Amino acid sequence: MELSNNLILIIVITSVATFVSRFLGALTAENINVKSKIFHWFNYVAYSILAALIARMIIFPAGALSEATLLIRLIVVGISVTVFILSKKNLVLPTVISFILLTFLANTISY
Amino acid sequence: MIHSKSYLLGLKSLIGIRSPALALACSFIALGALFKQAGFNIQQSLGSSLFTYALPGQLVMTESYLIGASILNIFLSVWLVNFRLYPMTVSLFPILKHKSQPRWKYYLSCHFIAVASWLIMKSEYEKINKKFRLDFWIGIGSGTLTTAVFSTFLGYSLSDYLSQEMMIGLAIVNPVYFLCMMIGAMNDVKTRIAVISGIILGPIFYLISPEWSILLGGIIGGSLAFLIKVKKNGTI
Repeated sequence: MELSNNLILIIVITSVATFVSRFLGALTAENINVKSKIFHWFNYVAYSILAALIARMIIFPAGALSEATLLIRLIVVGISVTVFILSKKNLVLPTVISFILLTFLANTISY
Repeated sequence: MIHSKSYLLGLKSLIGIRSPALALACSFIALGALFKQAGFNIQQSLGSSLFTYALPGQLVMTESYLIGASILNIFLSVWLVNFRLYPMTVSLFPILKHKSQPRWKYYLSCHFIAVASWLIMKSEYEKINKKFRLDFWIGIGSGTLTTAVFSTFLGYSLSDYLSQEMMIGLAIVNPVYFLCMMIGAMNDVKTRIAVISGIILGPIFYLISPEWSILLGGIIGGSLAFLIKVKKNGTI
């Protein structure tokens, strides 16, 4: 199979596979009341899934991030979260700091 | 058709100290650079961010393409990795419901469901008039999607100038932003239990099954938070 011809098909398939979950979610939501138990269950499951996803991204990262050691990743995340709490929940500051800090540390350690 | 004041208010959540724009930009710049290295052209790269608009799925797609996986395999692995969007939509759209809003607006705007926009909507919705929450949502969503597509373009164009160290640095920004937002969202005991158990269970289950770890960890952690009885004074 010619790979480049396949690429558009792959992008379409990926988009469909992603939209299915969003669209089914919108259909299911039509019959769900905010005050119902099932809504609350979905709410906590969604929060927990996102938390699991974030933990996985930091502890078992894919791609470039896996080149930094776990210890360095945890230090950068720890400092950034501390900045977030100390800055009265400023979100821009910890994200900027995390980028600068990790870029610097990755640079220092590779030499 | 759309309440422009609410739409603009939603769009405005992209500026200020709580803005997701920077975190979103960093991760999609890295994705754009990755697309270039993987041999995608610019149209394919922008098309992927516009029509898929879900980072983990796009990463899985790129990896699968590079190893030459079959179309069916790609469909299944992307579906699984992006299935979190289903509970996210179900737990968000009921709060956007209003009888005056037409259905097609829900069916189209579900495309905007992503971690950043979801967390913003969840933290802001109580302040927005029920009638126009959907328009506010479309404001957040169109702003974040535009940021993602533009950043993909930026990353694709700047690919040659991004050092490996910078790519590593860019990759930490999104998890840091999400984690801070989650900490900010933990206002009640049950949400705290859901978040903390997800953080613990996700990585543990990863050791058993990487593909299912997030869904399993989330379903168990979320059910735990749902089932635990909380007394009126806030203790368990």
